[in-house]
Amino acid sequence: MTTTNRIPTARPAGATSQRVTQARVVRSEWTKLRSQPSTFWSLLAALALIVGFGALYCVLRVTRPPTGPEAVAAFDPTAVSLTGVQLAQLAVGVLGVLLVAGEYATGTIRVSLAAVPRRLPVLWGKAIVLALATLVLCLPATLAAFLVGQSILSAERLDISLRHPGVARAVVGSTLFLSAVGLLGLGLGALLRSTAGAVAGLFGLLFGPQLLAGLLPADWSDKLYPYLPVPAGAAVANVQPDSAALAPWTGFGLFCLYTGVVLALAAWQLRRRDA
Amino acid sequence: MIEARGLTKRYGDKLAVDDLTFTVRPGMVTGFLGPNGAGKSTTMRMILGLDAPTQGSVTVNGLPYRDHAAPLREVGALLDARSVHPGRSAYHHLLALAQTCGIRRSRVDEVVDAVGLNAVARRRAGGFSLGMGQRLGIAAALLGDPGTVILDEPVNGLDTEGIRWIRSLLQGLAAEGRTVFVSSHLMSEMAMTAQHLIVIGRGRLIADTGMEEFVARAAPGVVRVRSTDPAALAALLRSRDGAVAEAGDGGLAVSGLTTDEVGRLAGAAGITLLELTAQQASLEEAFVDLTRDAVEFRAPTTRGAQP
Ligand SMILES: Nc1ncnc2c1ncn2[C@@H]1O[C@H](COP(=O)(O)OP(=O)(O)OP(=O)(O)O)[C@@H](O)[C@H]1O
Ligand SMILES: [Mg+2]
Repeated sequence: MTTTNRIPTARPAGATSQRVTQARVVRSEWTKLRSQPSTFWSLLAALALIVGFGALYCVLRVTRPPTGPEAVAAFDPTAVSLTGVQLAQLAVGVLGVLLVAGEYATGTIRVSLAAVPRRLPVLWGKAIVLALATLVLCLPATLAAFLVGQSILSAERLDISLRHPGVARAVVGSTLFLSAVGLLGLGLGALLRSTAGAVAGLFGLLFGPQLLAGLLPADWSDKLYPYLPVPAGAAVANVQPDSAALAPWTGFGLFCLYTGVVLALAAWQLRRRDA
Repeated sequence: MIEARGLTKRYGDKLAVDDLTFTVRPGMVTGFLGPNGAGKSTTMRMILGLDAPTQGSVTVNGLPYRDHAAPLREVGALLDARSVHPGRSAYHHLLALAQTCGIRRSRVDEVVDAVGLNAVARRRAGGFSLGMGQRLGIAAALLGDPGTVILDEPVNGLDTEGIRWIRSLLQGLAAEGRTVFVSSHLMSEMAMTAQHLIVIGRGRLIADTGMEEFVARAAPGVVRVRSTDPAALAALLRSRDGAVAEAGDGGLAVSGLTTDEVGRLAGAAGITLLELTAQQASLEEAFVDLTRDAVEFRAPTTRGAQP
């Protein structure tokens, strides 16, 4: 290997100052996100699940259409076509975990925090690029899932128009929910610092509360259920009024609150603990 | 300039760094030596604000590292050559680092060239050898054109050409007036690179001294002398506080006396000398001696170590 010995000096007179700013850290985190292969695979999985699983579920439902006026009234074509989001949330959440726990696993976190010794801009930078990347990619996918799903459901005249009140909100809200799950994964990754631990924690938070609530007496579990993370967040995809769920934005707001608590704990830990 | 004052780090009940006080000055290469587990890496992490000291403090150019607005301009560090995401290319690793403080892209190409990684910069770093990883780490350390360079065992895994390259790189950086702080557990390597030495063992300061003074103090010369009457000569030298050992072949190994003294004593006593040579104990042996029982040694400070 041949090497030159002269290391050129970086700054000729008048070069800009090398201050760390949040905007610069966001750019840096964007470079990291796009240059890491797991980003590509998790987002590809998310898109495939949103569209593919949504279409599959619509096919299943259309072969066994609801019978009776009550069942037809409760049928929510929007929510049915967006079922894939429930699986895609795992891919996006795992990406959030990998984005920060991966840095602990490889030791790059020390390089990152030495470059940004105030630390928090790194966490916020990751949160911003992750939220934006998932939003920008998943919005077209949820829209596609909705349109494909409705065209499948139209065979039994079960479909609904995007202009119907609440439908556009459900499509956009589902995408926002995905971004929020990504942030939850990010927070857990930063809090637990281990990929395996944070993935387990993420799945536990997403599915565990429902399982545990099922063990409670029925009237308690019915009362509690709408406030659990995923049922609360998924309420944003409801178009038909659902008495067993919170109002759409209320539910989503609650999910954001849970995510915010995890991120705040992660930020506090990041400042306090040795890297 | 790096100034540590009473720097202490405790992990549980393990005292990794114990009340270290030292100053690393600009314009020369300062070697940071100690056996495995002495606390070198821990000290370097504290300098970079990655680990918080249990007690004491450390500053870079008068400020805690964390308080510098342009940290990469202040300090460039290589802590661990394996600290790269295996799926990311060397170029993107450096680019992401550069972007945190607005260093231009062309600077990334410059440092990639300078460490000789241009051919592989776009490849995944996961496939890099240890030596290539070290070069990447050094490229990262040089990115911000920092006034202080901190390298943790940079020659680890480098080939002979690479070791020579590091040596001249470090001396070049020091000659430009930068502060250069390099750890190693190989005394022989430091002897060729460093002008100043900070030696620690079990977390405690053992020596903070110029390289030459260290050599003179820690590796006292042994004088080999052969004469026509070894027994008489041995008795004579012992009476003058020399430590004398049989060295075979009728020769004696004398310590505690210089060649001049041995020659004069023998001459005055009328003993004929056949051979008289000064043998410097190897630096490596001296270093091992010095750190063998870290606690027994006080810090022979030549400057700046005590507040
Ligand atoms: N994060 C940690 N948690 C617990 N103990 C630690 C931690 N980091 C270091 N230690 C302990 O502190 C001591 C000093 O370790 P350190 O890595 O600083 O030594 P070193 O001088 O760099 O050694 P080497 O030459 O092997 O790199 C060791 O006993 C190590 O086990
Ligand atoms: Mg070490």
